[in-house]
Amino acid sequence: MDKPVKDAGGGSKRGEGKDGKFTVNRRDFLRGVAVVGGAAFLGSPADALASRELTGWPDRVGMLTDLTECVGCRTCESACNAANGLPAPEVPFDEKSVFERKRRPTASAYTVVNRYGNAKGSGNPIYRKVQCNHCEEPSCASACPVRAYTKTPEGPVLYDKDVCFGCRYCMVACPYYAPAYDYESALEPRVVKCTMCHGRIKAGGIPACAGSCPVGAITFGNRTKLLKIARERIRKFPDRYVDQVYGEFEAGGTSWMYLSGIPFGELDFPTNLPRKPIVENTRGFLSAVPLVLTLWPALLGLCYTANRNKEEKG
Amino acid sequence: MSDNCLVKEETYPARFLSKLTMGMSMSEYARKLVTPFNVVAVIILSVGLPLIGLRFYSGLATVTHASNEYPWSILLGWGLFSGVPLSGTGYVMATAVYIFGFRKYHPLVRLGVLTGFMGYLFAVIYLLIDIGRPWRIYYPMAVSFGPTSVLFLVAWHVSTYLTVQLLEFSPAILEWINARRTRKWAILITVGMTIGGVILSTLHQSALGALFLMAPGKLHPLWYSPFIPVFFFISSIYAGLCMVIVVSTVASRFLKEKADDQFLGSLDGLTVGLGKAACVVMFVYFALRMVGVAHDDNWSLLLSSSYGYWFLTEILLFVLLPCIVLTVGFKRNSATLVRVGAFHAIAGVILTRLNISILMFNWNLPGHFHAIVPPIREVFIVLSIITLHILIFRWILNRMPVMREDPAYADDPH
Repeated sequence: MDKPVKDAGGGSKRGEGKDGKFTVNRRDFLRGVAVVGGAAFLGSPADALASRELTGWPDRVGMLTDLTECVGCRTCESACNAANGLPAPEVPFDEKSVFERKRRPTASAYTVVNRYGNAKGSGNPIYRKVQCNHCEEPSCASACPVRAYTKTPEGPVLYDKDVCFGCRYCMVACPYYAPAYDYESALEPRVVKCTMCHGRIKAGGIPACAGSCPVGAITFGNRTKLLKIARERIRKFPDRYVDQVYGEFEAGGTSWMYLSGIPFGELDFPTNLPRKPIVENTRGFLSAVPLVLTLWPALLGLCYTANRNKEEKG
Repeated sequence: MSDNCLVKEETYPARFLSKLTMGMSMSEYARKLVTPFNVVAVIILSVGLPLIGLRFYSGLATVTHASNEYPWSILLGWGLFSGVPLSGTGYVMATAVYIFGFRKYHPLVRLGVLTGFMGYLFAVIYLLIDIGRPWRIYYPMAVSFGPTSVLFLVAWHVSTYLTVQLLEFSPAILEWINARRTRKWAILITVGMTIGGVILSTLHQSALGALFLMAPGKLHPLWYSPFIPVFFFISSIYAGLCMVIVVSTVASRFLKEKADDQFLGSLDGLTVGLGKAACVVMFVYFALRMVGVAHDDNWSLLLSSSYGYWFLTEILLFVLLPCIVLTVGFKRNSATLVRVGAFHAIAGVILTRLNISILMFNWNLPGHFHAIVPPIREVFIVLSIITLHILIFRWILNRMPVMREDPAYADDPH
């Protein structure tokens, strides 16, 4: 239930063993032992599972992107570039030729906008902004063996280059292909992704892309309220939107949410994601670990003893 | 070693040098090194090693096709995901002999443990080339802990197991350098190390599969299964058994003079026995893979696309077929047929691991097949690490008592 909060700067030390993740592991362990001991009296595993339901923080923020509003001006890309001090792009931000191929966020661009044909036939192309979606329970963070990722209480998922050793498992685990890697860097490569302008949010501001959008396609605010706004828009204009807020439930939900006029699958959004956080898929495996650690020595020791005696007789 | 009594009066460095050159003089030794195999090895290394240098000079992008969509290339697909199951040799042999009491397989234990140790060592070497900041490789162990990560588990267990295997192999090293008293201690911990080895192997072999549990949708549904950790663990057992057959076959052919009569004399019989064990495990594995298809009700995918045909190729031609070859081999008591089956089964394990880590990963991205063909530079890096692997392996087999018993220690139990 509780997710650990680590300051972006500070490396985690052994002393942090009291925080959430270690507790969850201990609980897993106890649950495992309880199951094996046949101790149904101690409380069923289902209870333990229910107590871990994802609740998140009530005042976390989010971003609602209305793809029916976006005009593909790329102002957000330019604002993001400036706000994060990224290198100048190869092709200027007012150049439309970039739409001829599908792009993805890279080490020098936290966000990109792609163009899609409109299957509804109204003639206007559809633009989709791509960046890290800042999951409620991020796969990258649970996949990282050195905890280089932090889900902040405000919502953004942050990456800490000071502990990362470049295994890139976060990139394997991210269902949205969000993290990019500095493949050109020989010795100091980093994983690079949108920070949702965490510094600005902390200071009371709003992310650069949302602030710069000339047509108001990106709304920044409390995630719960954004969901209400999104639902309200769908209710008011049922012909304009498909009846889905992408990011509400996908892989446990994301801070970044989308409204679209055409099915999300046609815009390269992954549509085969589970509703629960992806890390749930490894829970069973991780719970089995303490069992192997405790049962194997006993069983193998037994085997050894039995066979040693046989050996002596023979 | 036979030359020990001759060098008693010599100084310690001279004695050590003679150990390294296997009792030959330097010029004699140098002359013996010029063989066709070594010439090819030097050519491969002279291309591959500079390329490894290039990776640390101008980045992974210059030597691999690893990209933001495909972060793991053949460096890991081959080096880690294929290399680790093939290194299951150590734990299967040590368990069979020391835990289950199949004493007659004792001649193969050291070869198995050495194969396992070298396999893990080189898996780490592939990893060190692939990861961004290799000098931070101990970070999961000492600096910042991510216990929710399956990779955290892999890091811990692979590094611990590497140590365990070194300890398991240490009697051979200690016999080589004639450290009799230390060797006694090393023998004492054998059973403890073996049990530790099985625990660690169970966990990290399965954890390598569990890594992909975090990529539903990215991995093709025929290969993605909640049972994937079990698949990886079970297949590592028969991979280990078959790899012992393969390595002992190759080593006894090319380094015959380094093996004693007990090793060579029992090899065919033991090979058939290992083949029998392997095919039992393979039938279980085959059944489990089918259960996996049934569990997710993926039957309709089998005959509906080329992915399905590819899955059937893997499961029928590279699991069931070698399994049948092994069965026929041990039924007819034919070591040759068992060896053919073992080579075939190993090819199957490699194919499965490459399918999961590379070929079927991101199967739904456009331009997928173009993205998975490795560049020639990366192929040469892999080739040169394989070459180094063989050279060091051969170096050890030439010197240490692995395929033979040191007569000086024949009376000591181990």
